[in-house]
Amino acid sequence: MSLNIVVLAKQVPDTRNVGKDAMKEDGTINRAALPAIFNPEDLNALEQALRIKDANPGTTVTLLTMGLPRASEIIREAMMRGADGGIVLTDRVLGGADTLATSYSLAQAVKKIGNYDLILGGRQAIDGDTAQVGPQIAEKLGLPQVTYAEDILEISNGHIVVKRRLENGVETVKAPLPCVVTVNGSAPDCRPRNAMRLMRFKYATSQSEQAKLPEQIKEIVAKRPELTIREWSAADVDADPEQIGMPGSPTKVKNIVNVVFTAKESRRLDNDDESLEGLVKELLANHTIG
Amino acid sequence: MADTNNLIVYCEYDDGKVADVSLELLTKGRQLANSLGVKLEAVVIGDKLHDIEKEIFKYGADTVYKLEDKKLYPYTSNPHASALINLFKEIKPQVCLMGATCIGRDLGPRVSSCLHSGLTADCTALEIGPHTDPKTGKEYENLLYQIRPAFGGNIVATIVNPECRPQMATVREGVMKKQIHDENHKGKVVNLDVKKYVRPEDFVVEIIDRHIEKSKVNIKNSPIIVAGGYGMGSKENFDLLFDLANTLGGEVGASRAAVDAGFVDHDRQIGQTGVTVRPKLYIACGISGQIQHIAGMQDSAMVISINNDPDAPINTIADYVITGNAEEIVPKLIKYYKKNSK
Repeated sequence: MSLNIVVLAKQVPDTRNVGKDAMKEDGTINRAALPAIFNPEDLNALEQALRIKDANPGTTVTLLTMGLPRASEIIREAMMRGADGGIVLTDRVLGGADTLATSYSLAQAVKKIGNYDLILGGRQAIDGDTAQVGPQIAEKLGLPQVTYAEDILEISNGHIVVKRRLENGVETVKAPLPCVVTVNGSAPDCRPRNAMRLMRFKYATSQSEQAKLPEQIKEIVAKRPELTIREWSAADVDADPEQIGMPGSPTKVKNIVNVVFTAKESRRLDNDDESLEGLVKELLANHTIG
Repeated sequence: MADTNNLIVYCEYDDGKVADVSLELLTKGRQLANSLGVKLEAVVIGDKLHDIEKEIFKYGADTVYKLEDKKLYPYTSNPHASALINLFKEIKPQVCLMGATCIGRDLGPRVSSCLHSGLTADCTALEIGPHTDPKTGKEYENLLYQIRPAFGGNIVATIVNPECRPQMATVREGVMKKQIHDENHKGKVVNLDVKKYVRPEDFVVEIIDRHIEKSKVNIKNSPIIVAGGYGMGSKENFDLLFDLANTLGGEVGASRAAVDAGFVDHDRQIGQTGVTVRPKLYIACGISGQIQHIAGMQDSAMVISINNDPDAPINTIADYVITGNAEEIVPKLIKYYKKNSK
């Protein structure tokens, strides 16, 4: 049994390593100071896809991402780890989208890919933590959804059996294919790049990246179509201009404030035995502890 | 024109009880409904609902919609989503609140997508206020301000849905305070005919097996929390925090960075995307204090910060600041506690 799997992935700023220069003086985000990474749970989703591919020869794994043209970086990364190829949905008019407009745009791209058996994605992206795009795409495509997946136990005869990790336990569910499955960070980590694939896909590039390649590499790429990462515009996926970008987003950011805490009157204690013992005695005396 | 439509809370129901987070949202919802001058409604979907409305009325609900069928429990996405979508098409609530739980975060997006309504996840505050569209200049009264930290907690954003209804938001358990509105408050019960709201083809995902257990970790209700951040450096150093917590009769919490680094399990994460706590004493060890962490612990009665960096942001909200290595200081606190507590 061979399957066509679409993996939804996002290139995100690494918010886990936000340094002091992450915010500009005017309170806006200094994106340049943040490295762009493969959203961690999307890597967990990729691993699940690759395991299915390992067990079912002939299965294809196609990455789909929406973002800036440079998001082709994560597709190349996925190809080096085992994916067959991918698409970057990139267009100025898609910018400023909330989760709903994002889901609509991605759902349009999934429809264009067509002939899919399974759509996998990370539970949520670390730059927004909303976990909304997966279920919204499922709704837009009229598919069932399985969220918080930790393990795919079985995939056969038109259905999938998934173990879900919930806040207070685990649940095993069976869903018909095609469906959308979002994968939790507690699922197995993604395999690293494979040395052979690293060489093979070194020049995997999007159309806009190819324009900047040296001539002799352009020739190599032209001979090997699997090295081309496709770029689609909003028009390519027949997106309704009313439903994408800012106009298609019901939620609007009213304002953003850089956080300033109301400072308490802190007591600075010296880091010596006497002060520490004094603190413990004080906490015992006022019954905070003990 | 003022919106006279009501505010509704999706109540999660399990084990004969309404989830705490839903009661917290009813409390908040009552307050918001009052400032909007509208009714507070609740919807509860499941099996063996008995007279659960009695519990919900105490928290100020004026109407409780009930959908009861044995196939509606345990929760699965499509049947509950269809029930809400069809109910909302009929009663057109202006606001819908849900818990940011595994259920709310699975259900909310599906409902919001179908109704094209807009949804904000993990709000840390909800308020009502006016809004002027910066482009068109159009003015709106009484919108729901959905306030949440964003971008890894470096900023706090206020989100509004000016045009689409319902304005939907999810909130984590513990963020809002649960308070009985009136023991004798009474409202109306509406028993809905499940067949009219849920289609047979919605029952498409089958639950094969389910192991639900109460979490062993109870940091939410612990009076003393010893929390560690990325600055603790290792899983081994977290053992020191467990020693201190055990000595003081408290629990160990952690920042997201420490959880992501694998120092400790996710169920101990404190902050916007973890648990919100209000202990008597919060000892922050090696925690720098991004907003998304502070959002989950700022109501602690007393905060002690132990950090190498004298300018760590958390120090500004701490009552006591000790500059130094937590791995040296924590054992000393244990020693002096044992010495002085007898």
